[in-house]
This record gives sequence, structure tokens and C-alpha cells, in this order.
Amino acid sequence: MKILTLWSLFSTYLLASSLNIENHAAQFFSSGHTNNWAVLVCTSRFWFNYRHVANTLSVYRSVKRLGIPDSHIVLMLADDMACNHRNPKPATVFSHKNMELNVYGDDVEVDYRGYEVTVENFLRVLTGRLPPSTPRSKRLLSDDRSNILIYLTGHGGNGFLKFQDSEEISNVELADAFEQMWQKRRYNELLFIIDTCQGASMYERFYSPNLMALASSQVGEDSLSHQPDLAIGVHLMDRYTFYLLEFLEDIHPASKTNMNDLFKVCPKSQCVSTPGHRTDLFLRDPGSVLITDFFGSVRKVEITMETINLTDPIEQVEQSPVNGELQKERNSYVDQLPVSEIIHQKPKQRDWHPPDGFILGLWTLILLVFFKTLAFQETAVGSKPPYRVQ
Amino acid sequence: MYVHKAGLQIDLRGQLAALSIAAVVILIGVPLWWRTTETYRAWLPVSQIQELANLQLQLSADVEVVFARGTVTPEQQKKVPLTLTQDDEHVVDEDTALRYRYETRYRTATIMEEDALNQPTAAEADLSLHTLSESPCGSLVVYVIPESSSLLPEDVDVYVGQRRTALLRIGAQTRVGRTLEQLLSHLEPRVKQVLQVMSFSHTDITAALSDRVRLSPGNKESIADSMRAFKSSPGYEITFSLLNPDPKSHRLHWDIEGAVQTYIQPLLRKLAPLANFSIDSQTLYYAMLGVNPRFDSSRSAYTLNSDSLAHVINPVEARLGSNAASSNPVLNFLLYVPDAHHSPLHINDHKKQEVPSNAFHSPRWGGIMVYNVNDFYGPEAAFPVDINIDMAKVMGVFLAQLRLLLGVQSSAPPPRFLVAPCSSAGIADWELDRLMWSRSVENIATATTTITSLAQLLDQIGNIVINDNIAQQVSSAVTSLQLAVAELESGNLRFALQYSKEAILASERAFFDPSLLHLLYFPDDQKFAIYIPLFLPMCVPILLSLLKIVSDARQRRREKHAKAD
Repeated sequence: MKILTLWSLFSTYLLASSLNIENHAAQFFSSGHTNNWAVLVCTSRFWFNYRHVANTLSVYRSVKRLGIPDSHIVLMLADDMACNHRNPKPATVFSHKNMELNVYGDDVEVDYRGYEVTVENFLRVLTGRLPPSTPRSKRLLSDDRSNILIYLTGHGGNGFLKFQDSEEISNVELADAFEQMWQKRRYNELLFIIDTCQGASMYERFYSPNLMALASSQVGEDSLSHQPDLAIGVHLMDRYTFYLLEFLEDIHPASKTNMNDLFKVCPKSQCVSTPGHRTDLFLRDPGSVLITDFFGSVRKVEITMETINLTDPIEQVEQSPVNGELQKERNSYVDQLPVSEIIHQKPKQRDWHPPDGFILGLWTLILLVFFKTLAFQETAVGSKPPYRVQ
Repeated sequence: MYVHKAGLQIDLRGQLAALSIAAVVILIGVPLWWRTTETYRAWLPVSQIQELANLQLQLSADVEVVFARGTVTPEQQKKVPLTLTQDDEHVVDEDTALRYRYETRYRTATIMEEDALNQPTAAEADLSLHTLSESPCGSLVVYVIPESSSLLPEDVDVYVGQRRTALLRIGAQTRVGRTLEQLLSHLEPRVKQVLQVMSFSHTDITAALSDRVRLSPGNKESIADSMRAFKSSPGYEITFSLLNPDPKSHRLHWDIEGAVQTYIQPLLRKLAPLANFSIDSQTLYYAMLGVNPRFDSSRSAYTLNSDSLAHVINPVEARLGSNAASSNPVLNFLLYVPDAHHSPLHINDHKKQEVPSNAFHSPRWGGIMVYNVNDFYGPEAAFPVDINIDMAKVMGVFLAQLRLLLGVQSSAPPPRFLVAPCSSAGIADWELDRLMWSRSVENIATATTTITSLAQLLDQIGNIVINDNIAQQVSSAVTSLQLAVAELESGNLRFALQYSKEAILASERAFFDPSLLHLLYFPDDQKFAIYIPLFLPMCVPILLSLLKIVSDARQRRREKHAKAD
């Protein structure tokens, strides 16, 4: 009897372990993606928005640590923090007070910096409508089997997000951009995280399938910053991203944590605002979606079972003569660069402008005084005016 | 000037002024404002695009069935040659329908073909049959050989050659005494099975339509198959990298140029109608794998088990360069020579068995092979040791991986089928045909979805400017699509592929044109907020004066009636 139970236990264990391997293989292919991309955008500039740059760079660090290479990350930053005149520690951007963690580092690759971070460029990156001269590192070359992580941070409002203090992107435009991505099958699944005030309004208008969205605050609430550093003098991080990063520190490339844990990050007690999420457009159950499906880049692999038997010997490539026929051409490329317009431009004719306000006022005053005195002369003296009326 | 009429002052000049201003505003101002705030939209062939949205594809395949001596009786021989056409209709979804047309021609073998079939082995027969005639692209020839023939081994009924021929052994129960109709009806499903392997099968074609039709995923094998191969693209970049983590111990020499020229270029030359390929190679020093291998004392070798393979690629990928000038997908093939302290290194599969090829590949990325060199030198060798890498073995693995990643490899053949081993060209003619069928269908499907979604997008958003060049691209895409569908119907595979490639290039260029950015979104309340301060102050006096004119005229008429009464 005992032997029977032992044997049955043993056989079930064997069965379970073999099923486990099968399940493992099945889970490998259940997410349906083969590569990962990340688009990280910081929409603010100026020194007092230090925390937004620190937010974006911290997410960039985590995403790189979990495996996504620079060639698959599009990073858009104003990048005016590290070398700002007001930065007491130049070439650094800290994310924690007491300057514990320098997230700028020396291998950060910013794809769109300074004034290139505009709504137009952001939409061009998402929809793929870039001019043909754009290099590969500035493009989002995703296909229908790519999982994309999009992270936006900055100042926002109800239904819009402010870009670099001069323009806005509305939630309708964003939803339309995602729909165009879906029409062209530029993503398999998309995770959208936004850390701004009233962030939940930005994902209200989404209508394309396979989108999951997280926001740091609801409509009508403000997202608050975490802690200032007294030496640097500004707030270093936002609360939601700070706790998001704490959560991501525990994730390693092989971990099996799923999205339901991500939704619990930063409850109201820690964040003061109420984080929100939206999963109704997502086809899979969020409990079965791994964090590393979006934040990391776990590749599927298959063992190569077959090989081809090649028996032909290698034909010797004919050695081209070292000297002689190979003409060395001098290629001049300077005309193709935009700088050639500047080099070759003729001196511009200065256009005539009407006089400036001050000069105008001065002349008006002079003329007034002149005619007034003339009139004065005429009426007072009664003599002939200096000009004749014919 | 005032006109006094029955005590009522009519300011005629004022009225004329108001009326003329109103006339100018309405007749000239409004059309001028309309024309100047219009966006330029060139004409698009919307009706043709809507026709294309409903995709009815017909794929035609020509099959020639040749009866060898001993399969048909002399009386039956007189009735053969004949031609039969068969149609298979499938409805994929409400917008897409497929029809497969098989034109089968039956005939008997010629004397020269009989001689060729008398060769001792199937491979030689295949070779000599090929020298007799060359089948055009997209067609097949099936030779039916008698049961007693010794060409095929015992357990094999069908031999698939390297060109476009197959040898089919007639079944044991088919006695020669049957009528021709019975013979044909017995052969028909078997010929169809051969067609499914060598030409196109419904699963392949529906997988190619995945852009249009999001089918629910089947079993995990079909998901894996659909995810593995790269999607159709006008060009591919192939990069071969040699990773040497230990240059102090190993000095590696690989003749990559010669190897590529001898082994890879024949395949790429054959695939030239499908896409452009560009090849480059590089050597990386001090590039480690990101995973620590475990020492297996039973085999005295280091092992990497299959679970850790997934984490090998990412640390290496960050250091691989890529051609920044093009946006084509990149296939990376890495050759890793383990360092002296971790040699030999073997890869284990799920069952902890050693993998004979010592290589693995990642869908839509590339492949990695581990090449052990510890056998080439003894323990007392002077470091660094010069090692020449055996490129034939390496390229054998890479070529197999390349075939898988480009979608050349089909699924396992049905039972009792024997497929000829891969030739030195790397691809059989029928495999190329198969790939061309699925790529043509994929290109047509993708181009139609692109064009229809572009038309829909331009229709929805009223203030995108449509330039002339976009309209021209769209028109040329529509023309190429119509031609491609027509060529596919008539069975000209090569032309169909070419037109489908042109269609997809034109449609992508039109869809991704940088000028099609809808940047300004004006909600209705913002539109009112802009126009009201401009037009309202101007319109109020005009409206009021018009109203005054009307009320004055009415009052005059009333007075006139009052006077008349």
C-alpha cells in the first residue's frame, strides 16, 4: 500500500515536472513578442524641473539594467541639467538625496536633446513619419511583435501635457497616434506610464487594442515631488516614479512578477495622489503579464537542431592588385551637410525696416515741436509763414 | 440724403451702404475666407482603394503528373493526356477570400524520362530528370512510378527533389486493372498532399495574411512558427561576428570573406528576387557571455542549459554595431569561442542532452554558435595559439539558421515523405517557390491594409495636407496591387512578386511620408474661440442694419396699406 502511494507520488512528480517544462516553453511564447522597445520622454526644461529629468533617467537606467539595449531605446530629454550653470556637481544628475545615485553616468545615450524634444518629433517617432535622413538611433523601428514601453513625465493638465513650456500635446492627438501605430502594426502590446499632474486624463481617450496605461494621479489631483536636496536646491524626484523605481529594483531579468503588483505601487498613503491604471483595452489578463515583458528584454530562444552539410572547399577570393587599378577618389561630402548652406551663403542684404519705436517717438516729438512753433510763429507774430501757399 | 416719404425718414444712403457691405461680405468675403483656409488635398483614387479593401485572391498552381511505364495500361494510356482544373474556396473573414486553383495535366513519360527513371537512386534520377527539362517558376512535375520500382526505399512513398520534381510511388492496392477514373481519383488526394508540401498550403497562406486578419493563435507550434521568420522587407542586413573573449590564449583566424562567397552568396543570389541583402562581419574582443556556465564533471565540460540561453543575448547585443544608414532588419550571427578556462563549452537542451550543433537561435534576431577549440592544442602550447576556424562546419550551422529565420524552412514533412537534403545552393527550387507564394501574398495583404488605412486616416482628419507626390505614390501603389493580384491569378509567380514588392514600397512611402503629420488638433470650442472675436464685431452692425432695413420696409408697407385703406 505504501509502495503504491509512494509510486503514485513519484509518478505525479515526474508528470508535473515534465508538464512544467512544457508550460515553461508555452509561457515563453504566450506573450507573442520577440523584441522590446522603450520611448522615454521628459517634456520639461529649466533648472527647477530637475526632477523630471531625474525621473526619466532613472527609468532609463532600470530599463537598461533589465536588458533593453540603447539601440532599442529612444530617449528624449532637454538634457540641460547635467551641465547647467546652477548645478553644484556638474556632469551629474542625482535621483536620491545625499547624492547617492548618479543616474547620468557616462554611457547615457540621449537621442533627442534640447530643442529637439517637441510634440512634432514625438509624434513623428511614434508614427514613423521621419525624414529619410534620420539616423537609425532616432527611429522607433518596431514591428508587429514588439512590446513598447512609453514613459512620459513633465507638467500636465486635464487632457494635455506641456512640452518644453511652449506647446502642448492633447490626449486626442496621443490616442490618434497610437491608433496609427496600430493600423500599421507597429506594436504587439504597449505599456503607457505617465507621471504628471492629472495624468489619468491622458489615457482617457485611447481606443486602440492592446494598450495598458498607468498614471500617477487622477483628474483633478496633482502629482507631488518626493524630496528636495538641500545642496542642489531642487526637488530630485517625483513620488510616483520614486516608488516605481523602488519596485523595479527588485526585478531582475528572470523574475516572474506580474502587472498586478505594478498597479499596487505607490498607494495614496505614500503618493498623496491616487495612481490610476487602465486595462480594458488589453487582451491578456494583467495577472499573466510579466514586468519583464515590457521593462526587460527577455529573448526567446530555440535550439538549432539541424545543420547543413557543406562539402565544397572555400574558393579563394581573387586578390585585387594592391596598387594600380584601385583609384582612390577623394569624396567631398561637405556640400551634403546643412553646414554647407552656412558656409556658402552670400552676405545677406539687410532689409530696410521702419524705424524703431523710440526713434519714431523722437521724430514725432521733433516734428510736433517744429510745426507747433511754426504755428506759434504764424499766429503770434503775424508775419508771413516761412513757406508760401500758392 | 434723406428722402421724406409720408413722414418717415428713410436714410437711403445709409441703407445702400449697409446693403452693399453685406453683399460684399457674403458674396466675396465668405468664399475668400473659405478658399484661403482650405488645405490642399490632391485627388486620391478612393473608389479603387475601397475595391481593394475587399481582397479576393486566387492562387494558381500548374501541376504535371507524368505516368511512368508500369502504372497505366495501354488502353488507359490512350485516354491520358488530359487536363483537369480544380478550385478550392476558403473564406478567411468578411473582407478576405482565397481561392486555390490547381491545373493538373496528365501525360505519359517520354523515352528519355523513362531512361532517367531507371537510375539506381532517387537522387540521381532527380538530377537526370532535371537536365531534360526545366519547369517554370511556380509549377510542379510529379512522376508516378510503379510500386515495384526500386528507386525509393521501402518505407517512403514520395521523394521530393531539389528542383521542382517529386517522385510518387503508386499504392499497392492499385492494381493496373482499375479504370482510369478510379486511378485518377485515387491519385488526386496524394498529389494534393505533395502540392501542400511543395507549393502552398492553406495554413501558410493564412499565416502570410496575418497583417490583415488577426486569427486567434493556434497551438504553440504555430505561434512559434509565425514569430520566427522575419516579416517581408525590401532588404536585410546580415552581420557575422566573431566573439573572442580570450585573445591572450587564442588568436583566431577565420576566412569569412571566402566562406561567405562560397556558402552564403549562392543562397542570397537565389533569393535576390525577394529582397536585397547586405553582409558585413566584425570581430569583438573581450566580449563575454552574460551567463556563467556550470561545470559538469561527468562530461568534464562546461554546460549552458537552455533556460539561461535567453539571457545570453542582451549583454552582447549592446556591443554589436549596426549599419546606421539603413532601417532594414538586421540578422546577427555570432560565433563564440569560449576562453581557455571555460573550454569546452556545450549547450544542453531541455532534457539535459548535448546539442550536436552547439548552437541556438532567437526568433527575428539571429543565431549564436559556440565553437570549442580546446582540441586544437595541447596543455603545453605556447599562448597565444593560432587557430584556424573550420568555416564549413560553422557556415553549415549558420546557413541552417539563416534558412529558418528567412522563412525558407517549412514544417516537418508528412509521414512517408523523403525530402532531398539541402544542396550547396542552400535552397531548393520548390522551397523558393513556396517562399515566393507566401511573400507575394504577405506583400499584397500588407499593401492593401496600408493603403486602406491611409485613405481612412486622410478621410477622418480634415486638415492634413495631401501633396501631389503622395497622391502619385498612392495611385502607383493601387496600380501595382491590381497588377499583382492579376498576375497571381494567372500563375505568373515572378511577376506577381515583383509587382507586390513595388506595391508595398509605394504604399509604405506614401503612408510614412513626413508631410502627413496631423499636428494641429482643433476642438470645436477652440475654433469658436478663434473666430468669434474676429467676425462678431464686424457682423453685428451689418446684421442690425439689415434688420433695421427689413423692419423699416415692413413698416412702410403697413403704412401703405393703412393709407390705401
